[in-house]
Amino acid sequence: MKQVVAVLTVLLAIIVFWYAACIPMNIKGVLTEQERAGAEVQPPSARDRRDLSEIGLALRNSFAIPATWAQDRPRLPAPHQVGVEMWETTVQKKITSKRSLVYHGWVTLSATILGFAIGTGLGILLAVGIVHSRVMDLSVMPWAIVSQTIPIIALAPMIIVVLYSIGIQGIIPKAVISAYLSFFPVVVGMVKGLRSPDAMQLDLLRTYNASKGQAFWKLRLPASMPYLFTSLKVGIAASLVGAIVGELPTGAVAGLGARLLAGSYYGQTVQIWSALFAAAILAACLVGLLGLIERVVLKRMGMAL
Amino acid sequence: MMLVAFAILLWVIGWWMNGRLASGPYADARWVRVLAPMIFGLTVIGVWELLVRGLEVSLVILPAPSVIWDRFWDSLPILWQDFVQTIIKGAFSGYLIGCSAAFLMAIAVDRWDFLRLGLLPVGNFVAALPIVGTAPILVMWFGFDWHSKAAVVVVMVFFPMLVNTVAGLREATAMQRDLMETYAATYWQSFLKLRLPAAMPFIFNGLKISTTLALIGAIVAEFFGSPTLGMGFRISTSVGQLSLDMVWAEIVVAALAGTAFYGLVAMIEKLVTFWHPSQRG
Repeated sequence: MKQVVAVLTVLLAIIVFWYAACIPMNIKGVLTEQERAGAEVQPPSARDRRDLSEIGLALRNSFAIPATWAQDRPRLPAPHQVGVEMWETTVQKKITSKRSLVYHGWVTLSATILGFAIGTGLGILLAVGIVHSRVMDLSVMPWAIVSQTIPIIALAPMIIVVLYSIGIQGIIPKAVISAYLSFFPVVVGMVKGLRSPDAMQLDLLRTYNASKGQAFWKLRLPASMPYLFTSLKVGIAASLVGAIVGELPTGAVAGLGARLLAGSYYGQTVQIWSALFAAAILAACLVGLLGLIERVVLKRMGMAL
Repeated sequence: MMLVAFAILLWVIGWWMNGRLASGPYADARWVRVLAPMIFGLTVIGVWELLVRGLEVSLVILPAPSVIWDRFWDSLPILWQDFVQTIIKGAFSGYLIGCSAAFLMAIAVDRWDFLRLGLLPVGNFVAALPIVGTAPILVMWFGFDWHSKAAVVVVMVFFPMLVNTVAGLREATAMQRDLMETYAATYWQSFLKLRLPAAMPFIFNGLKISTTLALIGAIVAEFFGSPTLGMGFRISTSVGQLSLDMVWAEIVVAALAGTAFYGLVAMIEKLVTFWHPSQRG
């Protein structure tokens, strides 16, 4: 209960701060608009205003403050503007419309999920190989670890263009980026997980004369589940970022990344913010869903915390 | 076709050598642990080179390692400029600002329970979000130069660092805190002598996660607008001109910078947390 109150207080403080920040961020643009509309602005000349501080301007022109929350293309849109834009582009638009956030969200989400599935599948396979083969452990594992320190997302624009030049476009190039971004965290986490049974447990299976396959299915795989889910959550977040970044170099056709880029080309700040929030909600849902599956699975396996 | 056959042969030889190393008597020796990944890496590069030449893969699809190597040495001045712009100015300054801000915030959060209860769930939530998406907004606010990239990096590293530091500051056990109390230690004495040192492994974990995030943020932010230099700018324009050797050269720089940055933080960690079990033995 106390926690709920605390979280709500923090969220409220953020929203209040956000509204307050809109005033200095937008005041100059608002005053220029008001001046054109014929209102009396202090000081009257635009050149004098440029050198003044934003807060001073807001105090001297307090009549203009409400307008900072209702500008057409504000530098910082107010929360309710973003909310209204999101409502209009999700609920009030047909989902097939090119202006619907649901449509763009689905474009990004489908690439994310396809890539995530491929990346996780291959990652788990490689982890199984690494745990069972000493050669692979020695030669591949260090590179998998090093890859975590490298911004491999920088490869994304090249992958899009190269795949396009050999005739592959659409969802596949983005899925490839999502796949390799989720691949490495899953490999590293899964290797750790498959190695988590201690020597005593492995010895016990040996006394049962269990084969390698039996040891894998009955001990290593179940024991790796908590590690798997932790790295899946990291992986899906990375996949989503990959899909969004993968949409940038295609010149803004469809998807949340395209909405971000188009918004920044045309100065449509409200559109950028609503795309950003849509991406955030998507990420939160995906991670939350995995968290839920994790809880159910671990509970049924008797490993719940 | 000869070259392709050579590639297959090279692959088999590399794998055979590592197989011998792995099953040999020195399999756990330190030099084998260094040598085996080296052999694997060199084999991959060799196979890549031979296959690209043997199959005559077009330069606009995959340049051979030797071409990338030449391009790397030929354009060192450009690469250095881009490195300074993106890594030193963008990523590094943002990293320092973001991590120190998160550290100070974490002290405040740790001090007031209400803040911890309220801010930590929010911080955990935000840490999982695709924060690179803020790049177009920050580029709009702070201009095309490195300031906006540093701002993106600040936002990206803030929450992982905050969450880790707060977790670390709670690491000291009740018993240890009680001991400090019996010494009549003030808040800051107990902070500096007990809780901060105990938090160091967690703080460095946050710092290490943040190194990669900082590079990602600085490079991706340049896709949304930059002056005519910088690694992200060079990558996106070179991709547009189909000069993929330049893109690969930038990726080599990014890889070197990423591992060096991470290695530096890991080295400092070793010096600071020499007492921790994970650093001994």
